[in-house]
Amino acid sequence: MGSLFFGGIHPAPKKDMSAATAALQTIVPHCVVIPMQQHIGAPCTPLVAVGDVVRRGQKIGDGEGLCSPVHASVSGTVTAVEPRPHLSGKAVLSVVIENDRLNTTVALPLPETENDVLQCIREAGIVGMGGAAFPSDVKALSAMRQAVNTVLINACECEPYITSDDAVMRTAPQSVLEGAMLLHRLLQPTTLVIAVEDNKPEAIAALRDVLPQYPAVELRILPTRYPQGGEKQLIQAVTGREVPAGALPMAVGCAVFNVVTTATIYRAVSEGAPLTERIVTVSGEGVANPQNFMVPIGTPLQALIEAAGGLTDGADRVMCGGPMMGIAQKDLSAPVMKGTNAILCLPKAASETATNCLRCGRCLTVCPMLLQPLYLYRAANHGDHDELTRLNVSDCIECGCCSYICPARLPLTETFRRVKSERKGGE
Amino acid sequence: MTLTTPSSPHIKSPVSTARLMRDVLLALLPALAVGIWRLGLRGLFVTLLCVAVAVATEWVGDLLLKKRTVRDGSAAVTGLLLAMTLPPTVPYWLAAVGSLFAVGFVKLLGGGLGENVFNPALAARAFMLLICPVGMTVYTGVDAATGATPLHHMVMPALPEESVWDMFLGNCSGSIGEISALALLLGALYLVLRRVITLRIPLAYLGTVALLTLVFHKTDAPLMWMLYSLTSGGVMLGALFMATDYTTSPVTPKGQWIYGIGCGALTVFFRYYGLYPEGVTYAILSMNALAWLLDRYTAPRRFGKAKGGVAR
Repeated sequence: MGSLFFGGIHPAPKKDMSAATAALQTIVPHCVVIPMQQHIGAPCTPLVAVGDVVRRGQKIGDGEGLCSPVHASVSGTVTAVEPRPHLSGKAVLSVVIENDRLNTTVALPLPETENDVLQCIREAGIVGMGGAAFPSDVKALSAMRQAVNTVLINACECEPYITSDDAVMRTAPQSVLEGAMLLHRLLQPTTLVIAVEDNKPEAIAALRDVLPQYPAVELRILPTRYPQGGEKQLIQAVTGREVPAGALPMAVGCAVFNVVTTATIYRAVSEGAPLTERIVTVSGEGVANPQNFMVPIGTPLQALIEAAGGLTDGADRVMCGGPMMGIAQKDLSAPVMKGTNAILCLPKAASETATNCLRCGRCLTVCPMLLQPLYLYRAANHGDHDELTRLNVSDCIECGCCSYICPARLPLTETFRRVKSERKGGE
Repeated sequence: MTLTTPSSPHIKSPVSTARLMRDVLLALLPALAVGIWRLGLRGLFVTLLCVAVAVATEWVGDLLLKKRTVRDGSAAVTGLLLAMTLPPTVPYWLAAVGSLFAVGFVKLLGGGLGENVFNPALAARAFMLLICPVGMTVYTGVDAATGATPLHHMVMPALPEESVWDMFLGNCSGSIGEISALALLLGALYLVLRRVITLRIPLAYLGTVALLTLVFHKTDAPLMWMLYSLTSGGVMLGALFMATDYTTSPVTPKGQWIYGIGCGALTVFFRYYGLYPEGVTYAILSMNALAWLLDRYTAPRRFGKAKGGVAR
């Protein structure tokens, strides 16, 4: 079966490293750091002060406008409200809670009518858990208003190493499908598709076991190919529609929700459980015992890496996310957030000197957005902004395919990312 | 422990420039071996000389320009490709000058790997034909006697004495690396399987030559004329290894088809109307000049802007 979207690559999957089916270990951190900014939008304002005693699930930060509240992920005492290291590399105002290990909890009120569901999703602090962290209630609301006809549950997890979506599907398929049905009732699409790549046979089997109870849900198995989990690529792969430049999926009648987000929405609506924990993959050749963990939001990366046996001697990079798009971290005291699906530890890469561009054209072949990275790179190096505009540099989704494939080892994606942010800043 | 924070992606495909060059060198070896076996050991010395001069020129260029490009293997490929287009009787001085010209003038002064507009080996061959035509056009046959190549017969026009089968295998005279279509095809097959090249340019090139020579045949045996046209001279070497040179050919699929068709058409045109029996060198050099332009006018459409609204 061929590719269902343009371009793409087949990096070594390496998912076996972390996909063991053993019971998930839950991390119990001695303290958590809850950043007030874990989502796209306005940061939260802290609702607690130093010395306050909080319970797990208690709302500790909220804000106006495009914002998603944050909750205590452990019970205990607030020991600091101050800027702390954050996965973005900057210091962000955070609430630090010392864990009293009593695990006293507080739940959200359950929605009584369908109309309360959106409010419940918001109050549970649910954001896109595949990494983008866009507030889910806002996405659902605009999808309702624009009457999308297709809802896609993104279970591709196309980045190598990462198995956190896979783990959720294997362990809680019912939650995934219940969440999907909830979105179905809310958005009333004509089609609702759960899209999974064919390299997750166990997850597919688990979903298939419960699928007959949900006739409105279609399970679509896609041939594995990176970056199929990219929003535009997934929409193209499943529906054949192309989201125009600068437009949102709703422009082509689609709304895309990550599979873990979907299951988390179900837990919020059925159990009143706010988003306070998630599954995180800790993997890579740079960590001793790769595995998935159930992790309270706010757990420092260091605690997770220690739980996985620590870094190996050769490790020199710790990424938040996968190897294709993950962001290298320099401070391991930064905490896991709602959108953190993986911590990847890699050993030092063999150093390879870049050569000139050969014009082999591989970058053009793999670009899922039909760009011409070799000419973009040339234009960027010449500072030729007219040419960059003509070549649609703003369409680049920074998936990394061109840099991955380039035999000359040119920093293509890195250059385009820099150019794009410079242009955004200048406008 | 200090952590490094390089930019993503953090993994790279195993295919590097050096590996690509190694694959091309390997793919050329069967044709080179047949050439040396059929045409004599002098071909080997010419080849070694060309490669040595090419690599030495690149190395001197590295010293002057403070670069380290000699290890990417591209200079060795240029030297080998040039040698394969030369008659085994070529004067050593001429081979050395040609190789120096290919790497020093065409490639390095053209901007170095990936930047030169013209195929260095072919540009050097054209240069050598200009400065010493005699040295470039005296061929020894399989029996070591000096004589005309099959291509010279075809200028008359007449079908060569050799059977098409002999031409295909390489039992004929010609340049060091061009005589065996079979060996060249095997090398190209290796490159296709290793995904170093795609079939677009070779298919367009050979298909065009086949079609044009079949339609505009010069003897009353159109099919034989076509088969001899495909197996004589540098068509195979050109279509499989020269026209597929990354640097001097288009990168867009559509551009590659047009480029291949152009190379094929010009090859037949130059063979029919040119001064020399051979047309491959000038055909590919002419199309080289158009490579970047073809890219520009065959650029992929913008994502989300499919004709007629929705894609597929």
